[in-house]
Amino acid sequence: MGSNVTESQTATLPEGLQGLTHDWSSDKQAFYVPWGKAMMWFFLLSDTFIFGCFLTSYMNVRMSTRVPWPNPSEVFALSFGGEPIPLILIAIMTFVLITSSGTMALAVNYGYKQDRAKTAALMFVTAAFGAIFVGMQAFEWTKLIVDEGIRPWGNPMGAPQFGASFFMITGFHGLHVSIGVIYLAVVALKVLKGDYEASGNYEIVEITGLYWHFVDLVWVFIFAFFYLW
Amino acid sequence: MAYVAFADNDTHSHDPDTFISKYIWSQDHKVIAIQYGITAISAGIVALVLSLLFRLQLGFPDSFSLVQPNEYYQYVTMHGMIMVVYLLTALFLGGFGNYLIPLMCGARDMVFPYLNMLSFWFYLLSVIVLMASFFVPGGPTGAGWTLYPPQSISPGTPGVGGGIVLMILSLAIFIIAFTMGGLNYVTTVLQARARGMTLMRMPLAIWGIFVATILGLLAFPALLVAAIMMLLDRVIGTSFFMPEMLSMGDATEYGGGSPILFQHLFWFFGHPEVYIVALPAFGMVSDVLSVHARKNIFGYRMMVWAIVAIGALSFVVWAHHMYVSGMNPYFGFFFATTTLIIAVPTALKVYNWILTLWRGDIHLTVPMLFAIGFIFTFIHGGLTGLFLGNVTVDLPLSDTYFVIGHFHMVMGVSPVLVLFAAIYHWFPKITGRMFHTGLGKLHFWLTLLGAYSIYLPMHYLGILGLPRRYFAYGDTDFIPESANLMNAGITIAALLVAAAQCLFFINVIWSLMKGKKSGPNPWRAASLEWQTPDTPPKHGNWGEQLPEVHRWPYDYSVPGATQDFIPQTVPANSGDAPQNEQEVED
Repeated sequence: MGSNVTESQTATLPEGLQGLTHDWSSDKQAFYVPWGKAMMWFFLLSDTFIFGCFLTSYMNVRMSTRVPWPNPSEVFALSFGGEPIPLILIAIMTFVLITSSGTMALAVNYGYKQDRAKTAALMFVTAAFGAIFVGMQAFEWTKLIVDEGIRPWGNPMGAPQFGASFFMITGFHGLHVSIGVIYLAVVALKVLKGDYEASGNYEIVEITGLYWHFVDLVWVFIFAFFYLW
Repeated sequence: MAYVAFADNDTHSHDPDTFISKYIWSQDHKVIAIQYGITAISAGIVALVLSLLFRLQLGFPDSFSLVQPNEYYQYVTMHGMIMVVYLLTALFLGGFGNYLIPLMCGARDMVFPYLNMLSFWFYLLSVIVLMASFFVPGGPTGAGWTLYPPQSISPGTPGVGGGIVLMILSLAIFIIAFTMGGLNYVTTVLQARARGMTLMRMPLAIWGIFVATILGLLAFPALLVAAIMMLLDRVIGTSFFMPEMLSMGDATEYGGGSPILFQHLFWFFGHPEVYIVALPAFGMVSDVLSVHARKNIFGYRMMVWAIVAIGALSFVVWAHHMYVSGMNPYFGFFFATTTLIIAVPTALKVYNWILTLWRGDIHLTVPMLFAIGFIFTFIHGGLTGLFLGNVTVDLPLSDTYFVIGHFHMVMGVSPVLVLFAAIYHWFPKITGRMFHTGLGKLHFWLTLLGAYSIYLPMHYLGILGLPRRYFAYGDTDFIPESANLMNAGITIAALLVAAAQCLFFINVIWSLMKGKKSGPNPWRAASLEWQTPDTPPKHGNWGEQLPEVHRWPYDYSVPGATQDFIPQTVPANSGDAPQNEQEVED
């Protein structure tokens, strides 16, 4: 143990990899971030494994079923004036969700500048984008269930696992988005009320943002694996 | 160091003032730990009784009619699941993790006490949901603790009505509870240590709990996903795991699913789960051995890296549980190799424990006896693990009593011995009283010898080819009469061991009331939890000032020191502690 290095506040850290390990294993804390932020990192790491398992399982059942998989360009197409446009709804949904990541980043920025009104406003906008996303997802589900007759246990176009994994995984993601909308709204209200003025600490905005960006990132993978494969 | 002041911030202290906030809805990590402990041990007693019921059937197939074939499978299933998840995982991490992390790291509490409290109440809910399955029509699930579909959700399996659904729900609730607690443990260890408590000065108990918690946070997701998919298969009729098949002579509605997918997901959780239980046991036994041998732990750094390496490797060995599942045979080669590689850091730990004892000033106290007993059972169970890790040896031994013997030696007896060692070791700190030594030693000898007489014969039965999960063997050509005799002997030993556990409970209750006062540090131990101003520690743990750490926790028998141990809080340049080369290097 290099006790001299860690005891002394003024000692300079060694360079390179050794410096990294000394820094990381130093006393009190491994990362110079608040507890809540560190905990959100670990939670998201765990959540990554949940979505990883979901998507891997989806790939597995898609490959192991002997019935052909429905063609995504047809299933997810929307008709405008009789002409089907593939993937148009999902393109709009993805655009909305990615945009919400942008407004979230701006909210974090204004949070650190302690601009209460702008932070809260941008968070509400982010939450609104999230709500729009969930609304469009509900529309998509309705269309798939009512118009095309797709059910979790079967569908007219092919493998029953299509509906099963689609509803399960987009449903689980939609649940994440819905929770995120509530989470954003609660924190935005607290920001607006000035709950964080006393401490001047707006880290919570960034922590909320971490969650929101994660949910967006997961969507990119779901989009790629369900709609583009 | 922007957040230094935060670590000792009074706004986090939330002092309890009423009975309810002190003992029931408590946010104090010590109370939560005891709540976890009591719940886990109660669940464990249920599982123990179940094992006695089905052992009576196995040992004396025609003499008792306590269980019918259906109940036999239900009890075997519930015994396994309760012991692995609801007793061992909960007691090691929820119980000892909660109690030891803040005290050994020098924190006032977990970083988010409210979340920690919720963790316990969700855990209690999961236990209640699980126990409720005994009272639904059809009873609990009898699918075996691995819950393999299609059998677990097909008609004909006991508990296919409500039992399996409650089992899945209970597991999901347990995972939520574990996640809330686990996030707290990891964040506390990484972010809220006392000044001077570097990662490489943490006791190995904390290292074991810390790495095990990370494993849990990454492995339980696989079980959660498998549980959700099986619930959908069972309740709304999707076919994730269900192939086209006949059930009771009729074609089912299912088709196209992959039963092996469930096995992969289950064991991606299931194998790290073994180490979620084993790593805290490794860590705690290291501390107990070092304290009672009055010697520093041998090769501290090696021990830390072995824990980390075992944790990492545990994620790439899962399919060694699936050699006979019908997966691609080339997988077997890969997974046998990784399985044998994991034996290297594990063997290294065993050598280091023995070298810690080597020429130590060994005090054969009750915790030390249990710790040494653990080394024996663990070597035994570990070696049979090498047999089963090889594909060619595993194939004939699969699903025989050899597997039961191996598994119970390495994951049943060994962690339980460590749990007893840990309970006896930390009992004085938790309660402020000493336990009865004579009763403790009697408990140890009956448990250790009894455990050997249960599980050693099982290896022999397994090599004879006795399959597991059979209600009765009847007249079978390859099973000699002596095997039945041996089964009866195992059952008698199991009854004796179970009876011996009463000694433990009597000891705990007697000591709580009549045990002599222990004082703050009866074992003369160096680590931080024994240096608290009060015993048992009060809310907030450290009184006015957080402790400051100046050394590692294993300064025993340091040459030239006035005592044979130097607490972690003693500064390096005080007269009590000569600068010691060994200490600096290790």
